[in-house]
Amino acid sequence: MQRRRFLTGAGAFAASAVIPNALFAGTGGSSRLVVVILRGALDGLAAVPPYGDPDYVNLHRELAIAAPGSADGALALDGTFGLHPALGFMHERFAAGELVVFQAVCSPYRERSHFDGQNVLENGLTKPIGTADGWLNRALAAMPRGTGRLSDRAVAVSQNVPLILRGEASVISKSPQITPDVDEELLARLADLYSKDDWFSARLSEAVETEKMVDGAAQGGAMDKASAGAGYPDRLAAVSRMAAELMRSEGGPQIAVLEADGWDTHANQGGAKGTLATRLAGLDRALQTLAQELGPLWRQTAVLMVTEFGRTAAVNGTRGTDHGTGGCALLAGGAVRGGQVIADWPGLGSKALLDRRDLKPTLDLRSVFKAVLDEHMHVDADTLAKRVFPDSSGARPLQGLMRA
Amino acid sequence: MMQAEIAVLRFGLGARPGELAAAAAEPRAWLMAQIRGPAPSAANASLAPSDQIFAGLLAARDERQMLQRESAAQGSEAKMAFNAIREAYQPHYRAQVLARAQSAALTMRPFAERLVHFWANHFAVSADKGVVYGLAGTLENEAIRPHVGGRFVGLLTAVEQHPAMIAFLDNQYSVGTDSVAAQFAARFRGRNATTPNRRFGINENLAREILELHTLGVNGGYTQADVTSFAQIITGWSIGGGKGRLAGGAPGRFYFRENLHQPGAKVFLGKTYSQAGRQQGEAVLADLAQRPQTAKFIATKLVRHFIADDPPPAAVERVARSFLKSGGDLPQVYAALIDSPESWEAKARKFKTPEDFVFSTLRALNVAPAQPEELIRTFDLLGQRQFTPGSPAGWPDTSKNWDGSDALMHRVLWASRVGAKYERGVEPAQLAAESLGGYARAETLSALRRASSGSQAVALLLMSPEFQRR
Repeated sequence: MQRRRFLTGAGAFAASAVIPNALFAGTGGSSRLVVVILRGALDGLAAVPPYGDPDYVNLHRELAIAAPGSADGALALDGTFGLHPALGFMHERFAAGELVVFQAVCSPYRERSHFDGQNVLENGLTKPIGTADGWLNRALAAMPRGTGRLSDRAVAVSQNVPLILRGEASVISKSPQITPDVDEELLARLADLYSKDDWFSARLSEAVETEKMVDGAAQGGAMDKASAGAGYPDRLAAVSRMAAELMRSEGGPQIAVLEADGWDTHANQGGAKGTLATRLAGLDRALQTLAQELGPLWRQTAVLMVTEFGRTAAVNGTRGTDHGTGGCALLAGGAVRGGQVIADWPGLGSKALLDRRDLKPTLDLRSVFKAVLDEHMHVDADTLAKRVFPDSSGARPLQGLMRA
Repeated sequence: MMQAEIAVLRFGLGARPGELAAAAAEPRAWLMAQIRGPAPSAANASLAPSDQIFAGLLAARDERQMLQRESAAQGSEAKMAFNAIREAYQPHYRAQVLARAQSAALTMRPFAERLVHFWANHFAVSADKGVVYGLAGTLENEAIRPHVGGRFVGLLTAVEQHPAMIAFLDNQYSVGTDSVAAQFAARFRGRNATTPNRRFGINENLAREILELHTLGVNGGYTQADVTSFAQIITGWSIGGGKGRLAGGAPGRFYFRENLHQPGAKVFLGKTYSQAGRQQGEAVLADLAQRPQTAKFIATKLVRHFIADDPPPAAVERVARSFLKSGGDLPQVYAALIDSPESWEAKARKFKTPEDFVFSTLRALNVAPAQPEELIRTFDLLGQRQFTPGSPAGWPDTSKNWDGSDALMHRVLWASRVGAKYERGVEPAQLAAESLGGYARAETLSALRRASSGSQAVALLLMSPEFQRR
C-alpha cells in the first residue's frame, strides 16, 4: 500500500507546523458523500415494510410492521411500502424529496456469511476475496482532483480504516473519541524515530495532519474541540457529528465512512418497538445529526446507508430472523432526487422467495454505487466499469438518483 | 530478532525482566515446556463461576419484577431488565477484566497464556450483548483454559456447551419444529384463539457459526441445508434455570431440554446421525473436529496469529497435517507450529493489537494492575474493549484492522501517560535491554539516551517500531 508521505523526520515536522492554511483550501469538488455501513445484516422487511404485500404479515408475524394508519403503523411511502415508525426523520426527508428508498436489493454475494458478505459489499468484486482494497478507495483515486491535499479527501470515522476505504489513495481515520493534545516534542521525536520505517512514518504523519485539521476546525469555529463527538446520546450520533465537523472544516474530507453494528437480530428482534426499533431510531438520529451539523453543505451531500444482505422473510423460532439475501438500502441528502421508492418487487409468495426463504434481490447494489459515484462524485463510467467494480457489466448504473 | 526474542516476544506476551535470559539457552524447549503440564489457570482463583453469575442475574430479575409489581412503578420493562443485568453483571465483568490482565502481566507461561487468548478469540463471545456481559470472561476460564493443552474435540465441545456461547448465539430457545414443545403449542393454539400466534422453530445462529467460524470455515463445503439440519440437531442445547414450562436444570449450567429437541435421525454433510438427544450434536462435533477443512482452517488461523498476516502456505500445511495426524491433539499441533522454520524468521511481521501492546507494556514495566477502572478506560481508549469484539468472528488478526492513523495517535497518548506514571525508578537503557534484548535498534537506543525526560524515554520505547511489532 502506498500512502502519501508528508513528514519524514523532526525537521519536516517543524516545517509542517508553519504551512499556511491556504494549502488546505479547495477540494476537488463541492459534492460530499457519506457511506454508512450497517454491519450484521439489517432486516429490510422491518426497515422498509412491504405492508401492501399479502404474504408479509404471515411471514414476518409478530415482527411485521402494521399498515400506515394503524397504531404503531408504518410511515407511508406509497401504496406498498412504508418506513419503520422509528424512522421519523427519514420519512420527513422522503416527503421533502431528499430520500430514495431501495427495496429487494443486494450485493452480488449469494451465500449467508456476514464476514464474506461484508467483504463483497466493500471490495466491489463478486466474491469475498481477490483484492485487499475497497471500491470507495479505488473510486477516490479516480476522482477529479482539486487543489486540496489528497489525504484530506476521505475519512474513516473510526480508529482504523475499514476495507471499503483501504487502498492506494491516502485516507485518514478519526474517531469521535477526544484525544487530548499529545506533547509536540514527543511527536517530533517519534517522527525522527520512525524516519527509517515508512510504515510508521506514514501513519504518524497522517495522524499529525488530522489533528491539525481538527485544530483548524476548532479555531475556525467549525467545532468545539473539547467536546468533539461528546454529549451525544449514542455512539452513532457522536460519529455522525464528528464526520460532519470534519467535512465542513476547511480542507476537510469530501467522503466519510461510518460504521454501525448491532443489526444481527436472530432473537427478540421486536416490531414497532424493541431491539431493532431502538437501533433504527439511532440510525435516524444519526442522519438528523448529519443534516443539522452539515448545515448548508447538506445541499451538496448524499448519504448512502447499506448492509451486507437482508434477513429471512419468515420469523424464526426465537422471535428473530436468520441470515437472508435481498434487503433494503437508503440514500438521503440534499443532493439526492428523493421521494422515490426503487423496487422491482418480486413478492413474498413461497415461489417468489429465493431458496424458499429469502426476499429475492432484483437490484444489484453496485447499480446504486455506480450511479452515486458517477452522477454525484463525477467518476467516469469507464473507470467505474473497469477499475472500481470489475465484472459488473450486469449492474448498469441507475439513472436520475441525484438532482441535476 | 534472535531466537530468544522470537520465543518471548512473538510467541509469548512480551518480555518481563529476566525472561529473555531465561529463554536464551533453549528457546524451543522454553516454549514446549509451557504447553505441557497443568492447565494454565487465571491469576485470580476467586472469580465467580458462570452458573453462580447467571443465577445471580435471574434472582436480580425476579426481585426487580416483584418490587415493580409491589410499587406499581411505571418504569419501562426493558429499562428495568437492562438495569438488572447491569447491576448483577458489572462486578463480575470488572473482576474478569482485571484477572485477565493480571494473568497476562504475571504469568510464567506466556505462550500458554497467548494460546488461551487465541482460542478465546477463535471462539468469541461478546459482552455487548446484555445477557453475555457478565459471562463473557467465564468462557475463557471455564471452557478454554482446561482444554488448551488437550484435544480439539474436547475444547470444541466445552465451548459449544458453555452457557456464554449458547446465550451469545441464541440457541437456548431454538425449538425443533416437531419437538414436544412445538406440538404442544400447536394443540394449545387450536383450542385457544387468543394465544399469540407464536411460531416455534429453530434459530440458525449457533449452528452456522460453529461451521463457519469454529470448525470448517466459510468455504468448508457445507450448504444452507446442512446449516438448517445442524440447527435441528442441536435444538435443546440450552441453559438451565427457567420458569414455568422452561423450568429445569441447574441455573446457569448447560442443560439439554429434551422437549425442545427435534426428534429423529438427521442427515448432515451426507451422513445420517441417529443418536438420541444430546449425543447427536456431540457426534457431529466429533466428526467436525476430524475434518481436513477444520484442520486447514485452524492451522491457517494459528499461523496467521503467530507468524504473519498472510500465512506462509508451507507452515499452514505442516500445522494442518499435524492436526489431522494427531486427531487434533493440540500440543502436537503447537509443536508443529514451533518446528516450522517460518516461525523463526528474524523479521517481525505482526503488528501488535492494542491488547498485545497493553499486556507487553505491563510485562516490560513489571507491573500488575490492581484496579479494573483504569484498565477498562485504557482498552476503551485503544479500541479493544475486553471480551467485546462485537462479532462472533472475534477480533481481526491482521494489521490492516489496527493500523489507522487515529489508532496510532491513541497509542502515543497512552504511552505518554504510562511514561509519566512509571518514569520513576526506570532506567531507559535497562528497560530496553530487558524488554527487547538484541531486537532494539541503535536508533531507538540513541533516541532513549537523548530523550528530554525519563517519561519521554519510556513513551519512545513503547512506541518504537520494535516494541509495536512482534
